[in-house]
Amino acid sequence: MITVHELSKTYKDQTVLNIPHLDIPKGQSFGLVGNNGAGKTTFFSLLLDLIQPSTGHIDSHGVVVNTSEDWKPFTAAFIDESFLIGYLTPEEYFYFIGELRGQSKAEVSDLLSNFEDFFHGEILGQKKYLRDLSKGNQKKVGIVATFIGSPEVVILDEPFANLDPTTQIRLKGIIKDLAASSGVTVLVSSHDLMHVTEVCERIVVLEKGQIVKDIVTAPATLKELEAYFSGAAQRPNLETESPESVPSENAHLEGSSPAIATEGVAEEGEK
Amino acid sequence: MLQFISLEWKSFIRAASFQTNLAMKILMGFGALYFMAVFLGLGVGVFFIIEDMELGDPFEVVNRYMIYYLAFDMLFRYSLQKMPVTNIKPFLYVPLTKNQVVRFSLLKTVVSFFNWSHAFFFLPFSIVLISKDYPAMEVLFWHLGMAALIYANNYINVLINNMSGVFYAFVATFVALGAAHFFGWFDVTLYTAPFFDLLGSNPLACLIPLALLGVLSRAAFGYFRTNMYLDAGLATKQEEASTQEYAFLNRFGNLGTFIKNDIRLILRNKRSKMALYGGLFFLFYGLLFFTGAIEVYDGPVWKIFAGIFVSGGFLFNFGQFVPSWDSAYYPLMMSQNIKYQDYIKAKWYLIVIATAASMLLAIPYLYFGLNAYLAVLVGGIYNIGINGYLVLWGGAYIKTPIDLASGKKAFGDKQSFNAKTLLLTVPKILLPLAIYWVVALFASETLAFASVAFAGVLGYLFRNKVFSIIEKVYKDEKYKTLAAYKQTP
Repeated sequence: MITVHELSKTYKDQTVLNIPHLDIPKGQSFGLVGNNGAGKTTFFSLLLDLIQPSTGHIDSHGVVVNTSEDWKPFTAAFIDESFLIGYLTPEEYFYFIGELRGQSKAEVSDLLSNFEDFFHGEILGQKKYLRDLSKGNQKKVGIVATFIGSPEVVILDEPFANLDPTTQIRLKGIIKDLAASSGVTVLVSSHDLMHVTEVCERIVVLEKGQIVKDIVTAPATLKELEAYFSGAAQRPNLETESPESVPSENAHLEGSSPAIATEGVAEEGEK
Repeated sequence: MLQFISLEWKSFIRAASFQTNLAMKILMGFGALYFMAVFLGLGVGVFFIIEDMELGDPFEVVNRYMIYYLAFDMLFRYSLQKMPVTNIKPFLYVPLTKNQVVRFSLLKTVVSFFNWSHAFFFLPFSIVLISKDYPAMEVLFWHLGMAALIYANNYINVLINNMSGVFYAFVATFVALGAAHFFGWFDVTLYTAPFFDLLGSNPLACLIPLALLGVLSRAAFGYFRTNMYLDAGLATKQEEASTQEYAFLNRFGNLGTFIKNDIRLILRNKRSKMALYGGLFFLFYGLLFFTGAIEVYDGPVWKIFAGIFVSGGFLFNFGQFVPSWDSAYYPLMMSQNIKYQDYIKAKWYLIVIATAASMLLAIPYLYFGLNAYLAVLVGGIYNIGINGYLVLWGGAYIKTPIDLASGKKAFGDKQSFNAKTLLLTVPKILLPLAIYWVVALFASETLAFASVAFAGVLGYLFRNKVFSIIEKVYKDEKYKTLAAYKQTP
């Protein structure tokens, strides 16, 4: 259970995040969407105590993250390349993380064997350092490393970006599985509305640091989100302004009927 | 062409090194002026120095040792001069012919500091030669020939930059020849001096270096032109990775994990390797003191000074930048299940091991008497007991991210000299000197050595207390450090 209390982050006089209250129950797969600068990475960084909140705090499983470090044993995250150690081989990196999380080599190897499909033969035994892997393969390593040592909270920032289609599909399966069968709280952010609606039970939309929507995922959610984002852009040329991943036919459809967009907001946008 | 120049200008004034504060800029300005003055003085003075020392005709002496001058120039270039390829990539997609881009890149190396700085020596030296009634025409052509050779070096460096094999072969030959010369087995200058003398006596001879320069610049141009592809000349080199286990460190738990990682860090990255080699280089620093080569350093207090540096090469080169080595993945470190104390202790053990190793490697100093080696031992003990913590402590305030992959900026970290780290050098170096000086003044030299060592032992005994203080500093600085490391190095 993650609880956010009166959390805000301000740089000089610009508030980049302001969340009065948010509860994320244990075992939920939680999706965070929003345009660039909406505050997604800021929120994750606060959750990992990488930046200090201006006001308020986050409580993760009874630990206030910015005062105690006891959240570290049960939390794992992959935000960006700064979570990788470039001069290690993937194996060394996995074992390094494993050792920090109290896992024996055998346990880590065991876990890795479950991901052979996911790695697609391009990660293990390649005689390459992480810095020499492609962006997509680096991401695979970073994501799988977060599963080492059975964490209770897994935070993935933009996990689908840079991945090839096959891997995206596999990753969706892995994330769904994680939340459903092992009770892991998974927090995912994405620009890809389709992926996030497929994977997450609940989706929160951030806009300029505020929660503007909090939706329990239902079949209609994707439409609703697309409507919101094409409306939120409020520009006539939707093809270029809507998030890249939204199929353009849909964008046109939604954009041409603003009524649907406002309806969607009215239904769920209680904040 | 004009856009190129404006781009260069922007990259120059917006470089990170210019974003320091005004005081730093003034200091850097003075530094630059100082070095210019030194070079100018050398250029003017070298003639008279040689004359005074009665080594022979100054012009001939300079010509004789010119081969070493050029070799050192090559050495500096190879390790420090930046290659022009780095900024080519963005120009591949813009409507410019490849020839234009290559020409511009090579032109950039021509105006490099590594070329024009030689003018500070050659210009005044040539002027002095002419004023001393050497035939003006011949001196001018000699000057021209030398300039051509310096530029030839520039292009050779461009050509061999990605062939470290050639370079190491060159260094080995150079060192071997230097040693042979020193011990009087073989004097290479006997064979090279006539060439430089010829440059100074026959104006036509300067055609040889000019032709060489022409050939080399064509070769460099051709080399770049044909290799201007992302997977050829512009590719970043990849080395084959091998997995290293260091299983013997496993028994030390988390501490072992970190030490393992630090060993990989040091051995697999250019920048950290340079720190290691630099540390080895410090081992020879003591020669300046114990051989009596430099008179100012003859005082006994300087022995401690030497001892601290001889045993502390790794400590100062590596330890100073401690959290910065991990800057590329500091967010990972900060969100993993890590005990700060283990992290700091691991670095400390590494420093201790390296210092102890340096103390062993310094045994040859016994040649200069027991006191010389004793100074190294005492310096080492002080390094382990006191300086080991102090560099880690100071490191917390140095928030310069390190680009592990590049060895270029190793000497240019201006931010590593902020007020707090300067303040910490007092106990690092001045305190042991003071202890020694005071005790030696009132008691004996032996007792003075013992007191410095005692200070080190005392520091060692309080290590747990000190570690918790350092831990607190690191924790307090955490957010600032994270934010600073986000800036690209």
